[in-house]
Amino acid sequence: MNYKLLIVDDSKLARMAVRKALNALYPDWTQIEAADAAEAVKAVKEKAPDIAVLDFNMPGRDGIDLAAELRASRPGMPVAILSANRQREILDRTKAVGAVFLAKPLTEGAFGKFLKGALRELNKAQS
Amino acid sequence: MRAPPDAVTVLDELEQDAVTELVNLGISRAALSLAEMVREEVSLSVPKATLVNREEAIRTLGEREAKNLVAVHQIFEGEVNGRALLIFPEANSLELVRAVVGGDLSNEEIIELEQEALAETGNIILNACLGTMADQLQRSLRVSLPEILHGDSESFFSLAPPPQPGEQVLFIYINFAVRRRNINGYIALLLDIPALAALRALLREYIARVAGN
Repeated sequence: MNYKLLIVDDSKLARMAVRKALNALYPDWTQIEAADAAEAVKAVKEKAPDIAVLDFNMPGRDGIDLAAELRASRPGMPVAILSANRQREILDRTKAVGAVFLAKPLTEGAFGKFLKGALRELNKAQS
Repeated sequence: MRAPPDAVTVLDELEQDAVTELVNLGISRAALSLAEMVREEVSLSVPKATLVNREEAIRTLGEREAKNLVAVHQIFEGEVNGRALLIFPEANSLELVRAVVGGDLSNEEIIELEQEALAETGNIILNACLGTMADQLQRSLRVSLPEILHGDSESFFSLAPPPQPGEQVLFIYINFAVRRRNINGYIALLLDIPALAALRALLREYIARVAGN
């Protein structure tokens, strides 16, 4: 099945890096990009992505705040938080909103593992 | 004086993103080290890495901060040569030392430890930052021993040997907030024209590696 992945990051380069990893793992998937929280909320409403990857460190609202809002509007959507900041507080907040933590720099191995888990969740919800 | 026409004075969007991303990785590593040292969470503002000339760097820092500043200065050498400065207001310096060495010491003891603790703290923060950046760029850097400077933005950005015309400053404003304390810090990387050209070449390699097909 062809899934839709939302990538939210204020850095164009970081979005390109996620895109590269996704192309290597699931080249058929559709990629939706947003540069900030407002664009992400709009994209979720209009394009109904299946999975979202959010940068933690963005100007304005951070990725975990945004994750909480996105999961409230689409409870079944698997969400990952991407961050170089691995302090306990960030890990705990990520867990509390039901998201998965992915360390920057993103590796294909870690990203692939998250996407596999996300697919399992989506399949379970559909069956 | 104006920079020669072929000098790198601006970075394009992706190069700018790459610098910010590298700094972000570096600062996050530094914050983790600092959090371990002070045994408290350290929060960070979004680091915005901007390339400015020396005069702008002096003005920007001068506008934000009083004259009495303290800096931990280290020289780095490798494919890219330059200097790194961790700068904060002198008023924060004892607070930072207190946060690092613990609260049981008297003021006299804290003052006695100040130079050493600042050098050590600065060394860990700057090495975490520079080391992470160098790793990501797949190059190695030699970093000198830390030196403590007292002064203002003008003196920090005019260290000997005298800056060359057109010298650029990669000026990064970061805000380290240690819980219950408020410690503001800045990191500046000073790069001359050849260093900036070398950095740009490495950034392009990095961009091709992380985003290329």
